[in-house]
This record gives sequence, C-alpha cells and structure tokens, in this order.
Amino acid sequence: MHNLPFQPDQASTIARSVDSLYFFLTAITLFFTGLIFLTIFYFMIKYRRRSPDERPRAIEGSVPLEVLWTAIPTFLVAVVFVWGSTLYFENSEAPKGSLEIFVTGKQWMWKAQHPEGQREINELHVPLGRPVKLTMTSEDVIHDFFVPAFRVKKDVLPGRYTSLWFEPTQVGTFHLFCAQYCGAFHAGMIGSIVVEEPDAYESWLAGGTPGESIEQAGAKIYQQSGCGTCHVDDGTGLGPTLLGLYGQPVHLTTGETVTADEAYIRESILLPKAKIVAGYSPIMPSFQGQLTEEQLNNLVAYLRALGKEQPKPKEAGKP
Amino acid sequence: MSTATLEPRVHAPRNYLNADYGIRSWLFTLDHKRIALLYLVSITFFFVIGGSFAVLMRIHLTEPQGALVQPETYNKLFTLHGIVMIFFFLIPSIPAVLGNFLVPLMIGARDLAFPRLNLLSWYIFIVGGLFTLYSAIGGGVDTGWTFYTPYSSTYSNTQVTAVAVGVFITGFSSILTGLNFIVTIHKMRAPGLTWFRMPLFLWAMYATSIIMTLGTPVLAITIFLLALEHLFHVGIFSPALGGDPLLFQHLFWFYSHPAVYIMILPAMGVVSEIIACFARKRIFGYKVVGFSSVAIAVLGFLVWGHHMFVTGQSVYAGLIFSLLSFLVAIPSAIKVFNWTSTLYKGSISYDAPMLYALGFIGLFTMGGLTGLFLASLATDVHLNGTYFIVAHFHYIMVGGAVMGYLGGIHFWWPKISGRKYPNAWAALAAAIVFVGFNLTFFPQFILGYLGMPRRYAFYPAEFQVLNVMSSAGATILGVGYLIPLIYLIWSMRYGPVAEPNPWGATGLEWKTPSPPPTENFAEIPVVEEEAYAYSAEETAGA
Repeated sequence: MHNLPFQPDQASTIARSVDSLYFFLTAITLFFTGLIFLTIFYFMIKYRRRSPDERPRAIEGSVPLEVLWTAIPTFLVAVVFVWGSTLYFENSEAPKGSLEIFVTGKQWMWKAQHPEGQREINELHVPLGRPVKLTMTSEDVIHDFFVPAFRVKKDVLPGRYTSLWFEPTQVGTFHLFCAQYCGAFHAGMIGSIVVEEPDAYESWLAGGTPGESIEQAGAKIYQQSGCGTCHVDDGTGLGPTLLGLYGQPVHLTTGETVTADEAYIRESILLPKAKIVAGYSPIMPSFQGQLTEEQLNNLVAYLRALGKEQPKPKEAGKP
Repeated sequence: MSTATLEPRVHAPRNYLNADYGIRSWLFTLDHKRIALLYLVSITFFFVIGGSFAVLMRIHLTEPQGALVQPETYNKLFTLHGIVMIFFFLIPSIPAVLGNFLVPLMIGARDLAFPRLNLLSWYIFIVGGLFTLYSAIGGGVDTGWTFYTPYSSTYSNTQVTAVAVGVFITGFSSILTGLNFIVTIHKMRAPGLTWFRMPLFLWAMYATSIIMTLGTPVLAITIFLLALEHLFHVGIFSPALGGDPLLFQHLFWFYSHPAVYIMILPAMGVVSEIIACFARKRIFGYKVVGFSSVAIAVLGFLVWGHHMFVTGQSVYAGLIFSLLSFLVAIPSAIKVFNWTSTLYKGSISYDAPMLYALGFIGLFTMGGLTGLFLASLATDVHLNGTYFIVAHFHYIMVGGAVMGYLGGIHFWWPKISGRKYPNAWAALAAAIVFVGFNLTFFPQFILGYLGMPRRYAFYPAEFQVLNVMSSAGATILGVGYLIPLIYLIWSMRYGPVAEPNPWGATGLEWKTPSPPPTENFAEIPVVEEEAYAYSAEETAGA
C-alpha cells in the first residue's frame, strides 16, 4: 500500500498507533480552527458596522455557554491525555527477548555494537520482526537518537544510560537523526537504520569480523579490573554476588528497592557509593575515568549475561 | 534658548512630546510615556537585528547542503535569532512599550509608582542588550537560546559566558518593570476604578508582572550556577564533574516556559481591548477572561517538564507534566471562545488594529491546538526536537504575540504620536503579514511530522520543497513588517492630527488629549462606569 503523501514511513509496530492519535489531533485542530475562522467571518459580515453611530446592546456573557465551552475542551483533552499516556506507557518497556544493542553517541557520529561483537558507525543493521532494545550513552554532550519511520526518540546523555526499543515491520533503509543540538556538525550526525530479513541479518552478522562477542570482551575487563575479588559468586565476598542480579529488585541500606537494570549497574561501577546494597559497606572504589564508554558497555553486557543465566544461589540457602 | 526659536511653530498644546527638547530630556526623563518610547525605539532596533538573522537562515535553507554560510555560522545565526527575539524583543515588547505607556493612563494615574526605577530598568535593558550584541559580534554564541549543558558549559568554544551575562543583566530590567506594574495597579487606581472595572489589558499586565517577578530570578540563578561551574569547576551540571546535565533543563524551563506566557498574555490583553472597541461590545464573559489570564499565569509555572519527555525522565513525571500541560489549554480555549462571542450582535468595523486582532485569534488558535500534539506523550516523542516545535512556537510567539503587539501599536498609535496613519496601507500590511506568516510556518508543521530535526544547517534533499516554501513565505512576511515601519515613521510628520479619541473607544487613556500632557490628566478622573461601556443604554446612563 502506498503511504499518503506528507507522511513518513510507518516502519515499526508502534508507528500506526502513534499516527492514529496524530490524525485524531489533526482532526480536532482542523475542526476548531475551521469553527473559529468561519464564525469570525460570519460575524464580520453579518454584524458589520452599517452606520457610524450604531450602538449595539450590551451582552454580559452567559454562564451556560461558559460551562459548555469549558466542559468540551476539558473532555477532549482528557481523551487525548488518556490516549497519549496509555500508548506511551504500553511502549515504555522493551519486550522480553529483545535483541540488545549498545549505542554510543559522540560529536558527531553514532557507534553501535551488536551482542556478537560487530561494530558499526552511522549505520545500524537490525532484523525484521524482532524487538530491538538499544542501551545508549554519550561520550560528550547530549545527543538524541531519532528514527522518524519508527516514531521513536530518546535523548542520549553523558554519564548515564537511556534506552529505547522498536520492532521493525518493513525491510528498508531509514533515517537516523540526532535530534538534540550537539555542536558544529549536529546536522551531519545522521545515519541509517538498515532493516533486513532475519536470514540476511544473520549473514550480515557472519560477514563481519566479530573476533569476540561483546560479552567475552566484557568478561576480560571483569578479569582485568579484579571485580571477582570482592564479588564472589556464592555471595561470601566483600561485595554482593553478581549472579542472578540483572532485572531483579535490589534492597538498599536506605530501605529503598531498585531494579538492577543497565543504568543501575553502570552507576554502581562509576559511582559505587550512590546506592549501597543492604548488608554491605561502601568500600568499592570508583571506576570513573578508568574505563572507556565502550569498555563499560562490554562490562555491563557481561554482567547482564551473568545475571540472566544463573538464579540466585545463596538466597535459596538462607534459613 | 532653543524653545525661543521653536515657540512660534508650536501650535499644539503642551504634551509629553513637545514639553521639552534635546537628547538629555529623553535620556533623563522620568515620564513613563517617554520611557515607553525609549523602549519602542530600542526593541524595534533589536527586532530588525533578530529579523535579519532569520532572513539569512531562510536564505541558507533554500538548498539542502546550505546555500549561504558554514554550519558553525548557521548555528550562531539561529542562536542569536532566538536570544535577540526572545530576551530583547518579545519579553519587553508589549509590557515595556505599551504597558509603560498605558498602565498609568488606563488607571487614571500621573505616572508609575516608581518613575526612577522605571528609567533604571530601561538602562539595565540597554546595558544587557549592548553587552549581548557586543559578545555576538566578537565571536558569537552557538548553543541555541536554550544553553543546554554540558554543551554550553564545557564543549562550546564561543562566547557563552558573555552572552549569558548579557541575558542575566537584562533579566533585572524585567523584574523591575514587573514590580513597578504590580505596585502601580494595586495602589494608584483612580477613584471608582475597582478591580472588576479595569480593562482586561490591565489584568493581563498584572498576571504578566507576577510571572516576571517570580520567574526571572530563577533564570538569574541558573545562569549564575552555570558561571560558577564554568569558572570554578564546581560540579553542578557537567557529568564529568559529578553534576547532572538535566538539572539545567529543569531550571531553565522553570523560567522559560512561564516566559512564553510573559510573551502571550500581554498580547491577549491587547486583543481584548481591540475586539471590544471595534465590535463596540463589552467583552463577553469579562470576569472569565480576566481570571483565565491569572489561571494561565499560575498553571504556566507547573508545566516545564513537558520540554523533557524524551530526556529519559521518569514516566510518571512525564504523566503529571502531560496532564498539567493539557490543563493550560482550557483557559486558553475559553478566551478564544469569549473573544469570538464578543463579535456576536456587535457593530464591527475593519480598521487595521481589528484585522491584527482577528488574525491573532486565528493564529493563536492554531498555535494552541498544535500544542496539544506536544502535551500528549506518545505524539511528543515523535515531534519533539523537530520543525513541528519550531512551527508551533512561532504560531504562538509570532502569530500570537507579534500580531498582538502590532495590533496594539496600531490601536494606540494616534494616542502615542498624536497622528493618524493611512488605514489602507495598514490593512494591506496586516493582510500581507497574515499570508506571509502562514506560508512561512505552516510547511514547517509538515516538515516536523516528516521527521526533519530543528537546528540543522544542512538536511536530506527530500525536505527541500517545503523549506523553499517556508523561505518564500518569509520574504512576504518580511515585506509585511517593513511597510508599517515606513508609514508609521512617515505619519509622525505627515499624518493627519489625531483627535483625543479617534476610534470612539472607552477607557481613561482616550479621555485625555492625543498625545497626552506630561501629567496625563488635568484632573484625576473619577470612574463611574464598567469597563467597555460601549452600548447605548450604558452611555445614556452615564
């Protein structure tokens, strides 16, 4: 089917539903703009001044009308609010089993790393029909990852992770824009998202020079940084075990509970004293400035893998 | 000595313009009307500068690879366009020019409460403005008017600190003007002028003044923190120093979103005056329109987070800010319905101020409704940071605020200058502005939906057609703005002399000669009628 003119490609699972809301809002806009314009033109002609000393009767106002035109906009914005928020909430979490890719923004390029280790610059290959979750950070200023055809956008911040996800529904090449002004060549910080059939994606992956997977690279950094000295697998070390950590709730000394997502893991590596796991002391040194963004991505990917595969061994044994 | 030679030529009675001559009489004046004219000349200067930047940008964008300048230069152009237009034209426009001129006249006072403070605020404005311009010429600034960190604090090699200091200084001018208006409106109203007899322009000025005095200090604090980090490496906004870059955005928008209402509320006040006069009707739902100004001013402080839906802020924060942003739409809609209903069974004439006011209603309606797309979370994700945003806020700030300002200037010009301008030319200019404006900014809505990000010095070729349309519209818009500049200046010397009340308007400012004497009123008037007493029975009763 041909797309309407004046419409970007609808190439993700959410594009159509975002567009429905967009068209509903467009209809509201056209209706009320038309209503106001036509009423004004009608009154301008009907009540034009016919003699210079014309004195129309005063009208104070009308309570029923005020109530009516307060109620109608209130009702309409309530509908739009609920609609827009529901859509946003439904799509705020990536589905389980998403393909996980790391993206790093820097002035003025996009770098991506696939789980198998392949790297790309200003291009991102993804398979058709599978949800893709991007974990993103920036090496310098704030950037923004924007794919109009997918109707997704998220700022990419230095010093923390943000994430977005999409599921492509159409094979092709789509624009990737930086949508947050980032300096001299902001306009040049563009790339393409290449959506391929799963087979083609697999052979593209195989055709690269993978060397080691992102998790293997992360495991090396884990070794070199001596993480395992304290984070002993059975939970008897100075630090909590990292097995079975990812995606699970973590109880803190403050009494709060947080979820161990990428952002939490990253923060705990760089600012270990920010959130202390209940029962442990704030003794871990910061690794800020010792790891590059990409090494950090690799390490986070490794910890994520550690956390996913093994269930918590020690907790079960507790009395 | 100069008065001796001029005396024979002066036929007009003494008024604030011919009361004294010479540059000193202007630079040291304490007369609110003269200070208003000082502002008028200064902001017109800044409007021309800011407009020239826009012209260069639109020429540049006629070609995908950029037709005119290097990307670095383009980035400075849009930054300075934004800074000059917002801080040095739009924010002072109606309050500092029309507000200064009209607030004492409309409430039947001889001047503002603090005339010296009023003059000081103009000097502060000029110092801040010249400082900013000087930094702009000596290197420029390329951060966007939003100064987002850590780009502005750490990465930009341009004159960020100097320009920020210029904006910081100018902020005090806003605060002092707001303070002056609040005190004046509270304490100096003529006998009989109760709050609910005030013209709606005064309600709008009052609401605006509250935002100026409460909001602007936050901007000053933000800039101060930025300088602190820049000079002493205190980690506030930069993650490299342990700061939080999003904190800057929270602080910045806490001022800058209400600042949008500093720009639009005064225009709404102007439109209320004009519609009432040229329809010869009391404003439909006077109290509702007045209170909706206050509601907008209050709610405006609670919606800043809608600028940050895609920054990764909590989804629950997004939910709250989305809801509050939708709520602001309601008082705005109420105003539009009331203005439109004011025309019902009126006696409508189509003089130039009325054309601007009606243009305002149409364009503000579109600007407001397209705001709903951005208050709604799911659609904002797609549209944020694109040309849709650019189009939306130009509909509010140019289609709304500038149309209101021009309408106001045309409405009160006979009072300000004592002269009349050619109405046919004025009507033509209003029509050209309306057409040019829509041709410039409507295509940008489509560009944004198609995905073209804002602040791009070059762009993919598929966006060219819409960009060329926009640039063509900008040419027409530019012509539309030049015409009034010419005939208004012309009218000061050659225009027919204006009578005290050429439009047959109500309101105290029309009950004194045009131009008014320095002391405004020979005797302080006593108000015995409601605002907008246009109808037959009311005038008969008075």
